[in-house]
Amino acid sequence: MRRLGVLLVTAALAAGCSVGGSTDAKPGDRTVVLVTHDSFDVDQALLDQFRTQTGINVDIRKNGDAGALTNQLVLTKSAPLGDLAFGVDNTFASRVLDEGVFAEYRSPEADKGPQKYAVDDKNRLTAVDVGDVCVNVDPAFLAGRETEAPKTFDDLADARYKDQLVVEDPATSSPGLAFLLATVAHYGPDGWVGYWQRLKANGVKVVSGWEEAYSQDFSGSSGKGPRPLVVSYASSPSAEIGDDGKPHTTALLDTCFRQVEYAGVLNGAKNPDDARKVLDWMLSEPFQKQVPDKMYVYPSRDGVALPDAWQKAAPLPDESATLPAKDIQANRERWIEQWRAAVRG
Amino acid sequence: MARGRPGLIAPVAAAVLPLGFLAVFFLWPVAAIIRLGLGPGVGAVLGRAETWGILGFTLGQAAAATVVAVLAGLPVAFLLARTSLRGNGFVRTVVMVPFVLPTVVVGLAFRSLLPAGGPVAIVLANAFFNVAVVARTVSGLWSHVDRRAEDAARSLGASRWRAFTSVTLPMLRPAIGSSAAVVFLFCATSFGVVLLLGGGEYATLETEIYLRTVEMLDLPGAAALSLLQVGAVVAVLVIGAVTRRRATSLRLRGRAETARRPVGGEWGVVAAAWVVVVALLVPIGSLVARSFSGGLAGYRAMTGTGYRGSLQVTGWEAIDNSLRAATDATLLALVLGVLASVAVVSLGRARIRPSVVETVDTAMMLPLGVSAVTVGFGYLVTLDALPGDLRTSPVLVPLAQALVVTPLVIRMLLPVLRAIDNRLRQAAATLGAAPWRVWREIDVPLAARALLGATAFGYVVALGEFGATSFLARPDTATLPVVIGRLVARPGELNNQMAYAACTLLMLVTAAIVIIVDRLRVSSVGEF
Repeated sequence: MRRLGVLLVTAALAAGCSVGGSTDAKPGDRTVVLVTHDSFDVDQALLDQFRTQTGINVDIRKNGDAGALTNQLVLTKSAPLGDLAFGVDNTFASRVLDEGVFAEYRSPEADKGPQKYAVDDKNRLTAVDVGDVCVNVDPAFLAGRETEAPKTFDDLADARYKDQLVVEDPATSSPGLAFLLATVAHYGPDGWVGYWQRLKANGVKVVSGWEEAYSQDFSGSSGKGPRPLVVSYASSPSAEIGDDGKPHTTALLDTCFRQVEYAGVLNGAKNPDDARKVLDWMLSEPFQKQVPDKMYVYPSRDGVALPDAWQKAAPLPDESATLPAKDIQANRERWIEQWRAAVRG
Repeated sequence: MARGRPGLIAPVAAAVLPLGFLAVFFLWPVAAIIRLGLGPGVGAVLGRAETWGILGFTLGQAAAATVVAVLAGLPVAFLLARTSLRGNGFVRTVVMVPFVLPTVVVGLAFRSLLPAGGPVAIVLANAFFNVAVVARTVSGLWSHVDRRAEDAARSLGASRWRAFTSVTLPMLRPAIGSSAAVVFLFCATSFGVVLLLGGGEYATLETEIYLRTVEMLDLPGAAALSLLQVGAVVAVLVIGAVTRRRATSLRLRGRAETARRPVGGEWGVVAAAWVVVVALLVPIGSLVARSFSGGLAGYRAMTGTGYRGSLQVTGWEAIDNSLRAATDATLLALVLGVLASVAVVSLGRARIRPSVVETVDTAMMLPLGVSAVTVGFGYLVTLDALPGDLRTSPVLVPLAQALVVTPLVIRMLLPVLRAIDNRLRQAAATLGAAPWRVWREIDVPLAARALLGATAFGYVVALGEFGATSFLARPDTATLPVVIGRLVARPGELNNQMAYAACTLLMLVTAAIVIIVDRLRVSSVGEF
């Protein structure tokens, strides 16, 4: 085993020269390890400023998508990967709460908006951002065929929109799952399967991920695909603004499902005090202000101005569908199975 | 006894490091995560017809892709090994390029070329990635195979085809067999291609293990599928080892005397090789074309961080990160690969039973065929027991990459070391050279070129590595493939253009590495 120890140290030193060198904590630093998913991002200047002001160094460790992150947190709850976790969403929240992954902490900032998305009366998770999954439409494409843009779920199953909708598989894609949940919330446990049968009869196309659906099948993106309707995000139109300054896609605000992303201090954190301060910072106005550009989501805090492009093209939907985290946890696998039988079968 | 088995201590000591690395960073984590899932659930999953359907599809698509890669790779190997034509350097470079491309962009490219997707698209995309393995491995051996045996067969009246099938092909069998084994492993564990082109309708063991482990935390189900995967991989490796057995007794010739201008029907083979090259260029070309869809906007964007700052690093910083991470992984893999090769060769020379030697050799290949997710989740439940908790350390990136690159290094070094005439070494020893001096004076100079080739190949593989890196790289250390994956996951025309520009630059960096190494006139007797 000693030989292995030597190997590890050697490997660590060798790798440290190039990979780890620049950002590793110096002795005496207060470091908070933030465990998160691939889509997390933060303005570097803001991060540096936080370090200068508080002396706390935030060490960001990414761990796959939201599902991967959640399940890794569950697997490692007895020896947590860090101090703070961000990125568990309302479709996975129930599982981590049941497993006791997070410690209780009520941030003083939580009352300024985040609290309305609370999933847990013990305040173990705090909402940092929300992002709605909605059908996006390319109105120019439809106008070319003298068709108006659809508005509702029922419209999507209408013959006028035959072969025009592309969605993601809920088993392999997070927006795909959110859209499935939106239909469950809208049509209820007895009606949603029938709706999907109508969609299938109307030529809905299913692909495995957002990348293919949005950038290849959707006509409104740079890929100029053949379908004018796609399951994407309420925020997506903000990235499709033409040279004339006008958005050329829109989100159908009556087809949205609200995804809420939470952060929480991990049980067994090495540095829980500083982790709480980092959580407070993530709810602060400067941090909240940059989540749209950095992560394509909306701030959970009230009264934070959206970037111009968002105000023009991607307002936050007023009334999005949602389901209790417990129901999602209890039924997710069964719903996906039923969906497969209805759409693939 | 000590005289009967000279120098056993040294090879055993050399084997300790690579085998220890394998044990700690592969066997232990994999065993731990499978053990967590063991229970009645495993039997239930194994009892389902669906499970065996998935196994069948996994093996079927991998076998088909391997056949396509071998059929496409052989004419290219002939072109590179037996002819001295203009354009061969270009061909040598082109076949390597697919290796570094992130699966997500190749998947998207194939999807627009073959909109129907499905098994045919999956097989073609997997073959696209792996033609290089066959072409470069087989041409490495072919260019050193004595041409006179073939000529003798021809002068005795054999047709060109007959001479090929009964003289040349048997000599090439070890290279074909073991490159096919590597291709099979790569295809059997391919993940992104199956998801993207299968449209969710086709599942392989790899995609199913991913979904069950990562999205559902169904550890019993994942354990059952992982056991199936390990079983299948070991079976393939054993078959590969058997076909390699007779690799050593060839008389190798210098390249110059085997390459010449093609004659007669050989032009047909050259034409076939160029058809393959053109077929490889179609997806590559479509990626390059997309990178210019906005003029040079995508390339100009490389100095920035994407549309409205989608990234935390600029494109150029990502290239820098890529080169650094690949350097670390390659250095580590070289140390481990050289030690393992030396150990295997020395054990063979010390007349240890071949089965022991083959077991060591085969064990080092295992990481190529086992799901990265199984290994990654295995790390989570084991590595905290080591000092310094490596689970979320950036150090784990080069370690995980080395796991994949090391077997490739071994496959390139072993045949050369094995082909070194032992009488040379004995002569040196008789003249009084100590064992380490024999290595320094005889083996190292002879193997140096193969080592250089292995370095380049390992570097290219590490450069393109996506799975482990995306799991572990921090935002400020994101590599180019990670950045590309991130850009295509964001809306916005500029992000898309920048992603494809980054792809094109990644291909250029790869081509530059291949060209530089070829300029060093590396003799590439690789066996894979």
